[in-house]
Amino acid sequence: MLYREVGQFKTSYASDQAVFPILQDRIGIIAILFIAFVAIPLLGDDFLLQAVMIPFLIYALATIGLNLLTGYAGLLSLGTGAFMGVGAYACYKLESLFPQIHILVWIVASGFVSAAVGVLFGLPSLRIKGFYLAIATLAAQFFLQWCFIRIPWLYNYNTSGALEASTRTFFGVPVTGPTATPQVRYLIVLTIVAVMTWAASNIVHGRIGRMWMAVRDMDIAAELMGVRLLTTKLLAFAVSSFYCGVAGAMMVFLWYGGAEAEVFSIDQSFFILFMVIIGGLGSLLGSYLGAALIFILPILLRTVPAHLGMPLHSDTVEHLSFMIVGAMIIFFLIVEPHGLAQLWQIAKQKLRVWPYPY
Amino acid sequence: MLLYKIFIDPFLQMGAAPDLFVQTLWEGLVAGVLYALIALGFVLIFKASGVFNFAQGIMVVFGALTLVGLYDLLTRLGLPIGFLSALVALVLTIAVMFLLGFAVERAVLRPLVNQPDIILFMATFGLTYFLIGSGELLFGGNPKVMISDQLYLPRGALDFKIFGGLVSLQKIDIAAAVIASIMVAGFAIFFSKTRIGRALRAVADSHKAALAVGISLEQIWVIVWFASGLVALVTGIMWGARSEVSFALQIIALRALPVLILGGFTSIPGAIVGGLIIGVGEKLGDFYWGALLGRGIESWLAYFIALVFLLFRPQGLFGEKIIERV
Repeated sequence: MLYREVGQFKTSYASDQAVFPILQDRIGIIAILFIAFVAIPLLGDDFLLQAVMIPFLIYALATIGLNLLTGYAGLLSLGTGAFMGVGAYACYKLESLFPQIHILVWIVASGFVSAAVGVLFGLPSLRIKGFYLAIATLAAQFFLQWCFIRIPWLYNYNTSGALEASTRTFFGVPVTGPTATPQVRYLIVLTIVAVMTWAASNIVHGRIGRMWMAVRDMDIAAELMGVRLLTTKLLAFAVSSFYCGVAGAMMVFLWYGGAEAEVFSIDQSFFILFMVIIGGLGSLLGSYLGAALIFILPILLRTVPAHLGMPLHSDTVEHLSFMIVGAMIIFFLIVEPHGLAQLWQIAKQKLRVWPYPY
Repeated sequence: MLLYKIFIDPFLQMGAAPDLFVQTLWEGLVAGVLYALIALGFVLIFKASGVFNFAQGIMVVFGALTLVGLYDLLTRLGLPIGFLSALVALVLTIAVMFLLGFAVERAVLRPLVNQPDIILFMATFGLTYFLIGSGELLFGGNPKVMISDQLYLPRGALDFKIFGGLVSLQKIDIAAAVIASIMVAGFAIFFSKTRIGRALRAVADSHKAALAVGISLEQIWVIVWFASGLVALVTGIMWGARSEVSFALQIIALRALPVLILGGFTSIPGAIVGGLIIGVGEKLGDFYWGALLGRGIESWLAYFIALVFLLFRPQGLFGEKIIERV
């Protein structure tokens, strides 16, 4: 009904190959962007921005990063948390070494450091694959986390061993540090995430994305067709780590305001892998849906019983939310192994042909 | 100078104090046996169902916690403190592990038949979370003491004099090594001689072919999960007796993963040999080379050892050769 696309003719190849070929989709995207950029900062309170939207967007970006690697290029990685950490520490280091260059430049530039490290740890992917590779990426996770703790140069030899975001301004408005308002930080995070999602969409719809998918579906066949495995796989690691690195830098500088090495532990890697799988492997929309479900679900579990007049003990809530998240993961995998994105595709198809079943 | 410290100095130290070297070697071997036990649980399930069971680590904790919790409950219900209650608790725990295997097969594996490996892998993540949450809810998050005395597990140490020095072996470690070898031998016989064992190998080879000759996949999976639950329980008792029973134990499951890639996912001897190599490598590396890099390198050293091996044998030491066709 809503998706009646009668009368929408495609008159050029460009319009046929568009990312959103249906008019209603384009309207929907514009509406979502309008809500995200205008309505939420104006109407949302600090809790919504600081505790829900900023982390959701940052996790969505990290999830997109891992999805590019695992969903599109088929390389399973368990080192996401560490690559985020590389971005965060690189940003901290670069920012304190060259304070005259703006922090926002460094947040994006730290992605390149992360990409370089990602390529280094992506090298084993040329020899091994599947679960063997996943465990090999755990080497990156543990080694890098050890570096964050044991190399004091990375955190400027401060006694706490933690990163801290100092106050920096952008045209007179503080953007990082304790005085920056959630509204400002939210808008910066949203802008970076939106631009990088747009870039990711272009990458996966273009030549590089097709190369990745060819490698994912069968790497030997792809090689025979002339796809260079070496460059393709390493490029996937580089781009993925770039996204994760930027997400990590934003996590420290625009969300927490300070962090220790613990933040980038193996749990973080698993958390983001959950988001990828629940959202849907090989889907950018799925990255957002997965991040929303996995991140916002525990918040709901914490706040809803309190509002219903059943205040539970905080430990109990935590244990229950572990159980429920675990059960939900199994439930969603059974109901739809291709993730929430696939559920949306099915729903959309039904809407397009409504009221007919086919 | 650095080269000297890396390549010569540690060996001189080994030569200068052979008793310390033997002690470290022994500790490495014991750690290796325990890693091998965890890896064995992984291998059993992977062989029979192709599932990479991430929940093995939490199953270790869950088994040990159930045992301690049940013993506590039984003694509070009036059973005498001692071997008898411990034995009853042990039997009940084994029953719980069987129920767990049964429930996992019903609720997780059966609805996910024929899905890609990564989906099943993720499902075991969900299982891990579920078990962590329910375990903490049931037993509380506090560390507990394993009932090792009631189970007649030995304690104390044996001291040997060699090379003019003293080497002390913990009795519990010796017991762990013995029990591990008995279990491995038992599994070897079980796999090669019994009807169920042969059915297991058939399932591991090909699900479809096994179904075609009338082997019940569901039954096999329950048996395999039960077997790896038993391995988890034994591992939990051993680790618990060495330190204490807490959720921190599940971290050791992550330590056992390099053992898996080293030994190959499908090989029981691989799990044992891999475990020993990693255990010894980790302890010796940390003891003799650790000071060069700062302490704590054992968190990633095992992964590096495994990676180096993988560069030469991508399927692990004992894994089946991977043949790929287009």
